[in-house]
Order: sequence, then structure tokens, then C-alpha cells
Amino acid sequence: MFKNLMDWIEYRLPIMRVANMHAIQYPAPRNMNFWYVFGFLATIVLVNQIVTGVWLTMSFEPSAERAFASVEYIMRDVEYGWILRYMHSTGASAFFIVVYLHMFRGMIYGSYQKPRELLWLFGMFIYLALMAEAFMGYVLPWGQMSYWGAQVIVSLFSAIPVIGPDLVIWIQGDYVISGATLNRFFALHVIALPLVIVILVFLHIVALHEVGSNNPDGTDVKRKKGSLTEAEKTKFKIHEYYTDKYDIIDDIVPFFPHIVLKDLVAFSLFLIAFCYIMFFNPGMGGYFLEHPNFEIANPLKTPEHIFPVWYFTPFYAILKAVPHKLGGVICMFAAIVALALLPWIDRGRVKSWRYRCGLHRWNLIVFAGVFIFLGYLGGTPQEAWKIIASQILTIMYFGFFFLLWIYSKNERTKPVPARITG
Amino acid sequence: MSNVSLDANDSSVTENQPQDNNRRRFLTVATSVVGGVGVAGAAIPFIGSWNPSVKARAAGADVEADISKIEPGQLIRVIWRSKPVWITRRTPELLESLTKIDDLLKDPNSEEDQQPEFARNSYRSIKAEYSVLVGICTHLGCSPQHLKDGAFEEYVEGVPEGFHCPCHGSKFDMAGRVFNNVPAPLNLVVPPYMYLDDNTILIGSEEGAA
Repeated sequence: MFKNLMDWIEYRLPIMRVANMHAIQYPAPRNMNFWYVFGFLATIVLVNQIVTGVWLTMSFEPSAERAFASVEYIMRDVEYGWILRYMHSTGASAFFIVVYLHMFRGMIYGSYQKPRELLWLFGMFIYLALMAEAFMGYVLPWGQMSYWGAQVIVSLFSAIPVIGPDLVIWIQGDYVISGATLNRFFALHVIALPLVIVILVFLHIVALHEVGSNNPDGTDVKRKKGSLTEAEKTKFKIHEYYTDKYDIIDDIVPFFPHIVLKDLVAFSLFLIAFCYIMFFNPGMGGYFLEHPNFEIANPLKTPEHIFPVWYFTPFYAILKAVPHKLGGVICMFAAIVALALLPWIDRGRVKSWRYRCGLHRWNLIVFAGVFIFLGYLGGTPQEAWKIIASQILTIMYFGFFFLLWIYSKNERTKPVPARITG
Repeated sequence: MSNVSLDANDSSVTENQPQDNNRRRFLTVATSVVGGVGVAGAAIPFIGSWNPSVKARAAGADVEADISKIEPGQLIRVIWRSKPVWITRRTPELLESLTKIDDLLKDPNSEEDQQPEFARNSYRSIKAEYSVLVGICTHLGCSPQHLKDGAFEEYVEGVPEGFHCPCHGSKFDMAGRVFNNVPAPLNLVVPPYMYLDDNTILIGSEEGAA
């Protein structure tokens, strides 16, 4: 009876075929380590943001007069409103933590290299959309940081020659950041950008499954059709979509349940950390929710120290390091564009840092350190030494890409193993 | 899931290991139950947040009314849960007249459940002198007008005072009882209320219920 119903549906909608192709019989390299859980975690956080966001929208009022009060109303009067808001605000920071780790994974194992360039680009577009989404979401509570953060970010566009000043007025819908700005940011934050992000995530996964998952060795598990003996092929049932085109080597496991179970272990650890922050320290000492934002927006008084939320601070430090308005804005955007162009800046053929030259390993580690240090400089009050420091670090940030471009041309690499190790 | 484990059985990796399906089943069920409890727990805030907020509950809370300054024959209006509540101080003559019009009324003895138990009497109140009524017509929700000093005679001959609904002409006496031959089917609602002292009424709760 149940089987008949399932067959009736399957004949009209390929539920099992898609589930088999993309989860149950998807070949995942068996050496995927803990670095490979962050994509799964990012998906979970995305769902959390959408669901809690829908619930917050039920009580939030997007107007300059009512926004701040309605957030207070959510926190104090709506039953469980505080938990929904903290799930959303903690989720925003958690999103960037897992996304940054996810990106760094891609960098150390060369997951952006051919044939995964488009996969990487979709990822960068998701990252961009996420930054816009986070920025606009931060404006909505209409606190002091919301207001002045919006003021600074929107003013970035005024650096554009000729059209800049008019563009800023057009974005604001007023001569200053006002209720009109808040309303359009609200529309973009709750409808437009989430739609874009969900579509991009879908494309990201489709592109991933088309080229297949990379792994810490960078050894391809999909081999030319007819190149493997029966003994070398995987014994697991793999969907014909993959086996028709390739021979799959015996170094894979099906995504479900093997990888999913591993992801669930990571998920439970993630939940422990997430719940700890959400329940006991949702502001994270001013890093997740900044102190001035507990004061209503005042267009006449800028807070004493103004910085963006932690996940933007590395780029903010680059902006501040350049003593030229347009130059700073260009450097800041170039920092993101450089990341997006990694598949073409890196001219190497060996993917994983395990088998690349020692310089590459150090280059990556220093880059991660530079990024974190820039974040520190961008997120703490201005001091004289910090300007010099952030200028040096900005040069080091771009130096990573420049060095990579130089040494990856004729790099002394180690032999990549024919079969997955360890 | 089952076909995956079957496939895994075929593979050389698991072939030489003893299979313990009881253990596997226990772990599957235990994980599912813990996950299920987690999902149910996570659902609580989402379901709970649809309840009336503290603000809404405060707006719907009991209200106190001071009755010490009501003149005989006067009606005051109090707002309770965004609805008008009428408190009238009825004169002895008026109370006496209420007992004489039973045959004009649909439900003179308050048999329909439109009042707390304590108001199931001919005056539909705790103390005969003070009447407390929700001023919403039981027909379609308009608020009737208080007509007195003979103005109500226009609608019911021989009855000088009562309530007349401007929407569809329903008529009620000064105990909120509905007259015959009008669209309203039921007497006006008596809200739960109690005397905190001789001068103060609390609307929204009744004695012993809270």
C-alpha cells in the first residue's frame, strides 16, 4: 500500500532518484576530515536564520519611529521573543565563523582549483550576499551602531567619482539615513537577499555534485571510464549518474549515512557552543551585539568608538589603513575580489597543501594570521601604531596572492598519492 | 537506509566483521529519540511566541472601577479587553419596575448562559443596586445606546429606560435582558466581576475563581 503510493509519486516526481543521486548514493572521499563539516553547519545555520527571521518579522515594525521599541517589545513582551532574537543574532555570527572556516578549508586543500572554479565563485557570491544580508540586518534594530554603521557603509559609495554623492542619496531614499532607508533594507533583508542566498546555495551544491567533492589529499576519486579493474572499484552502490561517466575508485563512502553521521557529531558539538553563547553570553562582550546598539539611533551624536561587527573588521582595517578615500574603498573591495580570483591566481596543479611546497604552507598560515590580526585592528579603538600595523598587514594580505601567483608557476611539489591515504 | 547497510554487508570492509544488528538498532533508535526530543524542545519557543504577548495580556487584564462617585440613575463606561463595560447605579423604583416586565422578555430568568452563576437572578448582578454589563449587542456586535427619562418609551411602551441598539433595533432592559421580537437572541453578557470593597469593583475575575 505504502509502496504503491511511493511508486505513484516517484513516477511523477523523482524524489528517490534525487535523494539517491545527491545523498544516499553520492560518492564522498573516505578521508574527508573535520574541515569538511562546515558546509553542512552553514546549511543548518541558514535554516536557523530563515526560520527565526520569519518569526521575528511577526513582531518587528520596520519604521524609524517603531523599530527600536519593537525590538524591545520582542525582548520583553513577546513570549520566548528573547530566545528567537538571540538565536538569530548568535546565528549571524555563527554563520560567518563556519563560512570563514569553510573558505579556509577550500584554500588549504586547493578546493578552488580546476575543475571547481565555478563552485568557488558561487561560494564567493554567497559570501558577498551574506555580507549584504548581515549588514542590512544589523541596521534593522535602529540602535546607535545600526544607524552609524549604515551611515559609514552607505557613504562608501560616495567615494565613486562623479555619480557617488547622488548614488548615496538614491540608496538612502533621503538626504540622510532615515526611515525610508530602514524600510528598503528591511525588504531586502527579509525577502530579496534570502531568496538570492537560497538560490546560490542550491547552485553551489549542484555545481559541487557535478565536479565531485575534493579531499585533503586532492587525489581524484573519479577515474576515466575503463581505467580501473573491478577490484579497484568501490563496492558501495553508487548512483549510475556517476558510474556511467567514471570509474569510482575504492576510496569513497556513500554520503548517507557515513558523512551525514559525521556531520551530525559536529552539529551536536556546534550546538553546545551555540547554545552556550545564546543562553549565557549572547552579546559576546560586545562582539556579537555591540554595546552602543542598546541605545536608540541618534542622528546628532556618533558613538565614541565605531566599528562594524567582528566579521567585517578585517576589511574595515584595510579601509582605514589607506590614507585616501577612493583608494581605501578600492582596496577593501579588491581584498574580496582577490579571494574570488584565487582559482586563476593560483597557477599550480597540485591541490592540497600536504603536497605543495613549504612556502605555500607558510603563506597560508601567515595569511590566516594576517586576516585575524586585521580583524583585531579593525575592531578596536584607533591608535597611532595601529595605522602603521594595518598598513603593513594590508600589504601582507595582498602579498599572499602575489607570492602565490609567483611561486605556483614553477612550484616544487611532492608527488600526489595515486590512492587516498590515511 | 536499509539498502545502504545491505550494500555495506557486501563490501570487503565489513565482510569479516561480526554484525550486531541489535546494537545498530539501539543506536539508531537512541539517536532518533534524542534528536526528536531536541526538535520538540526547539519548537517550544516558536509555538509559544504566538501566544498573546505580555503587552496583550496586560491590555486584557482585570480592571478596577471606582463606583463611589456614581449618582443614582447614572451610567459609567469602563474599558475591559477593549470592550465597553457599563456600570449603572439603579434606583429602587427602577429595580421594582424590572420585576414587572417579565412577559415582554425572551429570557427573563437568565436561563441562557450569558452571565456568571452569581448573576443568575432577576437583577443579573451581585448587589441589586449596581449592574455590570458588557455593552455589546448579542446580535452583531454594535454597542447599544442608553435611553432614559422616558426616551425608551418610543421603543417599548410603558418602559421609560433601557438600551436600544442603533444597528438593527434590538432592545434590552436595565438588567441587560433582551425584549421579545428583536433580532438579538440573547441577554447582554455580564462579565465576571467582584467587589474588592464597597466602593471598588474588579472586572475580569470573580470571587473564588482566581
